[in-house]
Amino acid sequence: MVTDHPSVQTIWTWLDQVPDPEIPAISLVDLGIIRDVAWVDDTLEVTVTPTYSGCPATSIINLDVEAALREHGIQHLRLKRQLSPAWTTDWMTEKGRSKLEAYGIAPPQPSGGPKQCPRCKSPHLERISQFGSTPCKAQWRCTDCLEPFDYFKCH
Amino acid sequence: MTQPQFEFLTRLGDNTLVLGHRVSEWCGHAPVLEEDIALANTALDLIGQTQLWLGLAGEVEGKGRDADTLAFHRDVWDFRSLLLVEQPNGDFGQTMMRQFLFDAWHSNYLAQLMDSSDSRIAAIAEKSTKEVTYHLERSSDTVIGLGDGTEESHVRMQKALDRLWPFVGEMFVSDEVDAAMVAEGIAPDPASLRGEFDTLVNNVLTAATLTRPQDDFAHKGGKTGGRHTEHLGHMLTQMQWLQRAYPDASW
Repeated sequence: MVTDHPSVQTIWTWLDQVPDPEIPAISLVDLGIIRDVAWVDDTLEVTVTPTYSGCPATSIINLDVEAALREHGIQHLRLKRQLSPAWTTDWMTEKGRSKLEAYGIAPPQPSGGPKQCPRCKSPHLERISQFGSTPCKAQWRCTDCLEPFDYFKCH
Repeated sequence: MTQPQFEFLTRLGDNTLVLGHRVSEWCGHAPVLEEDIALANTALDLIGQTQLWLGLAGEVEGKGRDADTLAFHRDVWDFRSLLLVEQPNGDFGQTMMRQFLFDAWHSNYLAQLMDSSDSRIAAIAEKSTKEVTYHLERSSDTVIGLGDGTEESHVRMQKALDRLWPFVGEMFVSDEVDAAMVAEGIAPDPASLRGEFDTLVNNVLTAATLTRPQDDFAHKGGKTGGRHTEHLGHMLTQMQWLQRAYPDASW
């Protein structure tokens, strides 16, 4: 068989250009939800894991992945859902973390709370709510600049 | 008994479906915006878990029913949810007490299911357990905050606990479906989880300055589908309204 389809490496770079539908500052690859890209004969198999089981963005994400890859000429595509191992924010890329912070969302920390205010960088913070505008976020406030901000929950 | 694994999976999926719907009834009505968002997010997690459980139930059953068909095309007597989760929201305190009692059982049950001999069930449990751990953290904090809060909030939380306690026992009743799951290494015996539940609940209730009811009388009939409380039927008329009026309507 002639292997004239694009390399897996190339496909990863394409997927890294697909923004998360809810937080467009980062890509799906940054988010760590693309678990595998592989060619099975002539079919490209992309393994995606959901962030939260009820996240409404999940179906949009699958649509966006499909649309992006079709645009690059991929004809035979299969999206696989993988639940285990369950998605963790540890899979978020360093690039994704800094982009989140630049966008005004404090990136996840192992301590369970944000390290600093994404705006004024103060470490003096208080939690407003364990939940936020999307399942993956919580609401915090800086007690120095007094700005409320989103924190991407450690999951 | 037909297909014990299907029965078992509908129990899991119906619990999260019914509670998810109940909690979603708060959307736009919660006491403060942050709580409104928290409740809606909790409901969303539960509905997401429902899709996984009922999706697998339909697959195991093999009759072409998917999660939506199971959720919207069954009537009260086919639901296998615990009586606790169909209880009305009451005030915010009662909603959070119901959530706490359920989370305390659910988190422990899911932790055990992660070792299920069925890898599909173990995977859903692994996914759900992260979300439910977070729910438990919030519901425990809220029960403690309101129980050990003002005179008014304390009275209301004690009332909620007394009102809901008779529905706790059903979570730990084992029947032949459970026995079949235990035999195949699919799920733990619910009765074996009571000790850990009691420890957790006692700790939180003590911190909340609430008194655990003495009487352990338990209403039963939800998880077997034998007899639900009146509330489930009323809830389904709302939840299933669209599919009842326009069967198989889709977006």
